[in-house]
Amino acid sequence: MRKRQPKTYPRLTHPLVRDARDEPFRRADWPEALDRVARGLERNRDAFGMFSCARATNETNYVAQKFARVVMGTNNVDSCNRTCHAPSVAGLSAAFGSGGGTSSYEEIEHTDVIVMWGSNARFAHPIFFQHVLKGIRGGARMYAVDPRRTSTAEWAESWLGLNVGTDIPMAHAIGREIIHAGLANEAFIRRATTGFEAYRALVAPWTLSLAEKVTGVPARAIRELAHAYARAERAQLCWTLGITEHHNGTDNVRALINLSLLTGQVGRWGAGLQPLRGQNNVQGGGDMGAIPNRLPGFQDILDPDTRLKFESAWDTVIRPHYGLNLTEMFEAMEEGTLKAVYCIGENPAQSEADSEQAVRRLTALDFLVVQDIFLTRTAELADVVLPATAGWAETEGTTTNSERRVQRVRRAVTPPGEAREDIDILCALAARLGHDWKYADSEAVWNELRSVSPDHYGMTYDRLAEHQGIQWPCPSTERLEPTYLHGRLWETEPERRGTPAPFGLVRHDPPVDLTDEEYPVRLTTGRRLDSYNTGVQSGGYPSPLRRGEYIELCPEDAERYGVVVGEEVRVSSRRGAVVAPVWIDTALRPGLAFMTMHFPDEVDTNQLTIEANCPIAGTAEFKASAIRVEKLPVATIVR
Amino acid sequence: MDLHFGDSKPTDEERAAVDALLGPPESSWEGADRTDADLRWARGGRAARDRRDLLLPGLHAVNDRIGWISEGALGYLCRRLTVPPAEAYGVATFYAMFSVEPRPATVLHVCTDLACTAAGAAGLCAGVEKGAGPGVHVERSPCLGLCERAPAALAIRAGDPVRTAVAAPATVTAALLAATAPDSAPEEDPPALAVPQAGQEGLTLLRRVGVVDPASLDDYRANGGYTALRHAFALGPAGVIREVTDSGLVGRGGAAFPTGRKWQATASRPEQPHHLVCNADESEPGTFKDRVLMEGDPYSLVEAMTIAAYAIGAHRGHLYLRGEYPRALARMEHAVAQARARGFLGADVLGQGFAFDIEIRRGAGAYICGEETALFNSIEGYRGEPRSKPPFPVEQGLFGRPTVENNVETLVNVLPILTMGAPAYAAIGTERSTGPKLFCVSGSVDRPGVYELPFGATLGELLQLAGVRENLRAVLLGGAAGGFVRPDELGIPLTFEGTREAGTTLGSGVVMAFDDSVPLPELLLRIARFFRDESCGQCVPCRVGTVRQEEALHRIVARTGADAAGDVALLREVGRAMRDASICGLGQTAWNAVESAIDRLGAYR
Amino acid sequence: MTVTPLGIPRRLLEFTIDGEVARVPEGSTILDACRAAGKDVPTLCEGDTLRPKNACRVCVVEVEGARTLVPACSRKAEPGMVVRSGGERVRHSRRIVLELLASSVDLSTTPRVAGWLKEYEAKPDRFGPAAARLDEEPRVDNDLYVRDYGKCILCYKCVDACGDQWQNSFAISVAGRGFGARIAVEHDAPLTDSACVYCGNCVEVCPTGALSPKREFDMRAAGTWDESRQTETTTVCAYCGVGCTLTLHVQDNEIVGVTSPHDNPVTHGNLCIKGRFGYQHVQNRG
Repeated sequence: MRKRQPKTYPRLTHPLVRDARDEPFRRADWPEALDRVARGLERNRDAFGMFSCARATNETNYVAQKFARVVMGTNNVDSCNRTCHAPSVAGLSAAFGSGGGTSSYEEIEHTDVIVMWGSNARFAHPIFFQHVLKGIRGGARMYAVDPRRTSTAEWAESWLGLNVGTDIPMAHAIGREIIHAGLANEAFIRRATTGFEAYRALVAPWTLSLAEKVTGVPARAIRELAHAYARAERAQLCWTLGITEHHNGTDNVRALINLSLLTGQVGRWGAGLQPLRGQNNVQGGGDMGAIPNRLPGFQDILDPDTRLKFESAWDTVIRPHYGLNLTEMFEAMEEGTLKAVYCIGENPAQSEADSEQAVRRLTALDFLVVQDIFLTRTAELADVVLPATAGWAETEGTTTNSERRVQRVRRAVTPPGEAREDIDILCALAARLGHDWKYADSEAVWNELRSVSPDHYGMTYDRLAEHQGIQWPCPSTERLEPTYLHGRLWETEPERRGTPAPFGLVRHDPPVDLTDEEYPVRLTTGRRLDSYNTGVQSGGYPSPLRRGEYIELCPEDAERYGVVVGEEVRVSSRRGAVVAPVWIDTALRPGLAFMTMHFPDEVDTNQLTIEANCPIAGTAEFKASAIRVEKLPVATIVR
Repeated sequence: MDLHFGDSKPTDEERAAVDALLGPPESSWEGADRTDADLRWARGGRAARDRRDLLLPGLHAVNDRIGWISEGALGYLCRRLTVPPAEAYGVATFYAMFSVEPRPATVLHVCTDLACTAAGAAGLCAGVEKGAGPGVHVERSPCLGLCERAPAALAIRAGDPVRTAVAAPATVTAALLAATAPDSAPEEDPPALAVPQAGQEGLTLLRRVGVVDPASLDDYRANGGYTALRHAFALGPAGVIREVTDSGLVGRGGAAFPTGRKWQATASRPEQPHHLVCNADESEPGTFKDRVLMEGDPYSLVEAMTIAAYAIGAHRGHLYLRGEYPRALARMEHAVAQARARGFLGADVLGQGFAFDIEIRRGAGAYICGEETALFNSIEGYRGEPRSKPPFPVEQGLFGRPTVENNVETLVNVLPILTMGAPAYAAIGTERSTGPKLFCVSGSVDRPGVYELPFGATLGELLQLAGVRENLRAVLLGGAAGGFVRPDELGIPLTFEGTREAGTTLGSGVVMAFDDSVPLPELLLRIARFFRDESCGQCVPCRVGTVRQEEALHRIVARTGADAAGDVALLREVGRAMRDASICGLGQTAWNAVESAIDRLGAYR
Repeated sequence: MTVTPLGIPRRLLEFTIDGEVARVPEGSTILDACRAAGKDVPTLCEGDTLRPKNACRVCVVEVEGARTLVPACSRKAEPGMVVRSGGERVRHSRRIVLELLASSVDLSTTPRVAGWLKEYEAKPDRFGPAAARLDEEPRVDNDLYVRDYGKCILCYKCVDACGDQWQNSFAISVAGRGFGARIAVEHDAPLTDSACVYCGNCVEVCPTGALSPKREFDMRAAGTWDESRQTETTTVCAYCGVGCTLTLHVQDNEIVGVTSPHDNPVTHGNLCIKGRFGYQHVQNRG
């Protein structure tokens, strides 16, 4: 087997600048680089967007969004949250008013039924899956819903191999079956939800047999899952990008949340909803307000009282409307209304769906500054590149994980060359643009955040160290809250119960990129165990498991196309084409292929994916493209 | 489970062997061809993982058919049972009867243990190794449990079905014939020949051996069979336990734990289900009484197990039978099938509404599996390593549930207890060692075999009965884990308390007589090698201690006095730590025989 | 509704260790009680994140009424038990166990063992120069970690960590029997042909250095490994959103190893391949 070494990226050690995009970069000192950035941003004050970083610290995200809102006067701030879990945040906040997962890892060890839906946590979230395994070893039954029979699915009592993009039919059929079998939790529905009657009518047509027709999964299997979930004393429903990376990702999330409302599997210890986050600080980036519609502490920008609080804290005026999200910012680039971007630690040139289009749009900007630790593909397009420190090993601060646990990150090594911390750079730029912010250290930033975010108020750095991280909400410095959210829904007093959770009335809408005779194969994407996103970090170590990018086919399809393992084939979609070697995986079935985005320098999978975005959350449909696989005229076998 | 399988595929033959045991695979995930339905729905989880206990039978199935276990076969078996290949490999390499390397279909086990060595095993081995062709793999084996017919050889030829043949007493010619033509080798001596007292009046445990047709359930019933079970049903479970308790019956495997107490402890546990395990993994060198019972009177064990299960509330019994006992296996399989066909086992035993059935599991060549908790692990499909106690089997035994484990001899004693009543039974033997006892006499005697005597007879009386020869140099009591006594100690009463007072042990009832034809240091070295080979390797004192013991005995094999004193002191120190700090009885007793030879017989002096 | 379970309240029980009364919660082991009382009991196969295997037998203590010594690491304390954690009998077994190990296994990288050998006056050489040893060559079959089974005391911790207690990959098992038993993947193949996912959780629990990250192995071979010059800094992994706490071991401004605190609520000391080995990118400094 070949061991392809992916491209390794050396660290950036000095600022890089250039006068025109067709010139090569030249090394600059910090004052010159910062001056250039200040000028570039200044002249685009009304056409600015900030790409904050889901891998940077909470403190960086806080200062970055503050930079956008205070220095640049815009709510156009977002992060790669958009490309993965924004639908989870949108769906959860629509139902419960808060965008976090409702449970904790430990709870899954003590639950009775676990549903892993569109999640190969065994590969993508290995240490979370250890908690799942503890649950399984303790007697929990796990069900896996996934088009592929993944490593995760191999642990399941029952794996349901549905068609890509038929999650809503599956969820609705489960809901209908629960209602028809008399297993709905009527007391919970009555007290803690709204819209049940409409929901009942909505799912009424989704009989098991119709669902079998649409999803491809036998009715018996769906029925069994429905009964297991509804009858469990405690059940956990977990999902990952298989649910969210669809053009209707938020609807998918709502359809799953409905099942928890129907059965009362939320708001109790051991029962809840757990979206698994893709980046180390996706959760924190959103919590810190690095999203266009929320201020720090997940507080709504449209709420005047909230705005007032921040306006007095920051001595500024906050625009009373939502900003553009990442997807909308890219569209605004196309329209020419967004002309300058400050990109911190993101690599949209390779991580966005339809990457060719993304590169074209970034190239057309009047000014692009990229702040990163590597010269990524995106950085290569910039006017100025600023060398930053690695968030997790060279910076003090905090990050927030999938169970809402805020934990300290610390500086362990000295950054290379002249690399500077993100906050330091942001403050230097703010100063050049007329805002003299003084933060002695990251803790000072954090304490400012605590003063404006009630959910974080109780988390001092000392307490975070003492408890090995604290989960939000944590309003008090004296006590810790329960590890699950929305216990209020079970209160008997209506006023303490608060706003009831509405059922989401969402309809099935198949993937945008339809398969047909020309593009007969459904391509879905995901992660491998040893690699991560675009491979910029994970390419740096020698993994014995890594074999580079392949298009994975089922044995039957490989036979049909007359191709063997390692043979290069042309893979085309309606947007682009790549050449990739073949891998054969029995976890797939005829008409279903799989690729990752880990090796974009070898095979740029996102040339194939479609930028069909969720209208609510803006996430693209990475999980469903239509492709064609063609044997090359001269067979090349890569080994 | 997300198991990893290599590229090796099973041959059709290997696949057939596994499928014959497990039935055809249900889905492509288990190894069948892919169907559309498989690609939409797969079952797994607990049901798939719960079949681990079929691993050992599966390994047997392949080994029996092919003669060894290939990567492809192991992989297929693992896929069928949802067992990780690394773990299955660890299990396969644990047992001496399995090979994960190619070898000829026929394996000839030649016993080189104590009784056979004394009867000329060395010459037999040399001759067999010289004469065996490329189609026969010769394996020097620990005690085959055929000591009354030493020297012994056992041939196993893989195929469908697997064939076995025993040559005992073996000549080079007879052993080679058994190996090359197992079907035409002469029939083995009937079990009754191993019972010199066969047919005599006054026998209790052996009374049917040589009298009944061991294949016939009706013959068994005509000779008093199933009266005890009738009594048991009349007494009820509590009544049975009371009788067994009052009879004073203690375990015959060596530990002498009161059987009634063990049953009561299990019966009273609230956890369900309860399990009954019969330990028929008779592997102590010099022991063969359980084999003779199973070969000569198999239904008595079926009946006794049924009674025990009834008393403790178990509905499933496991009979763990030594892998090197092909005839006992055949007899027991037949007896269980007959009993099942006739309603003596099954959902409604004797129409009494009591459900009970017996699964037979074969060992695969591991002395340690005679240790009760190692035996549980072996049945469950794990390496036969002992567990630490507590928890004891009566609390957490087989599959983690309350379990009674008794050996064959202990169980068959229950039949006379119920037929004659506890007081009458307790009147046999001495006050503290009640009932009849079986002794396996071998070595330097004219009439080796299994003897039944009431507890309390002396060692001298037993040896007299067996026709002890001149020049008696030493007697080994209790087997390799037991101890030597001198020819001037024949007055020792054969009771638990009598042997204990004499500073030795009764063990499982082995009485092996040695004259001066084999040098004592050679015997000790054989015993040391036995323990080194049979140590499971789990704990340090035993794993390394048994090696250091053998090394020291090697150094002093021809030394005495001051030349040996240093190593004798070393042996003492290592032996004491093995006894004190090993996990199980194997390590704890590995130094017993050597110590007794030094202290009692004056070896190396 | 279910509230946050606090666990079943545990009663205290009383027994004596070395003549002194010990009071511990039900379910505590003798070792727990000894440690609480400040007694140093040597252990090798015991691990704070694993169920006791009690295979090494170096922690044995004497319990009144017991025929043999008992392993402190796994034996639960019982009311009224009388335990002696020292004394000639205990010292003898510990000494022999240490001698048996040191005479057969390379303990040069086993922490604390040199002190115990001295404390118990162990003389491993007395079994003579011909005493059987493991004598295995280090297996370097991948770029992430090395298996040097000449240093393996067969404590089963790696097998347990890889198996049902944590990782559930079951890449390794004990194969063979007795002195010939070894940790192996199926058919004793190289790791690269096994179910190994290179999480390194076996390396984390190995008490002797038989398993070590390749980087540490290479640095030791080059004589540059120096723990006295290393700092340990706790931070959070930069890969997925699970948020595993990492302890970065840094020597001369280079990350040379990654572990995770065993009491961490997210990891319990475990990591995946990315967290444990995927740190090199930050120090590709051009």
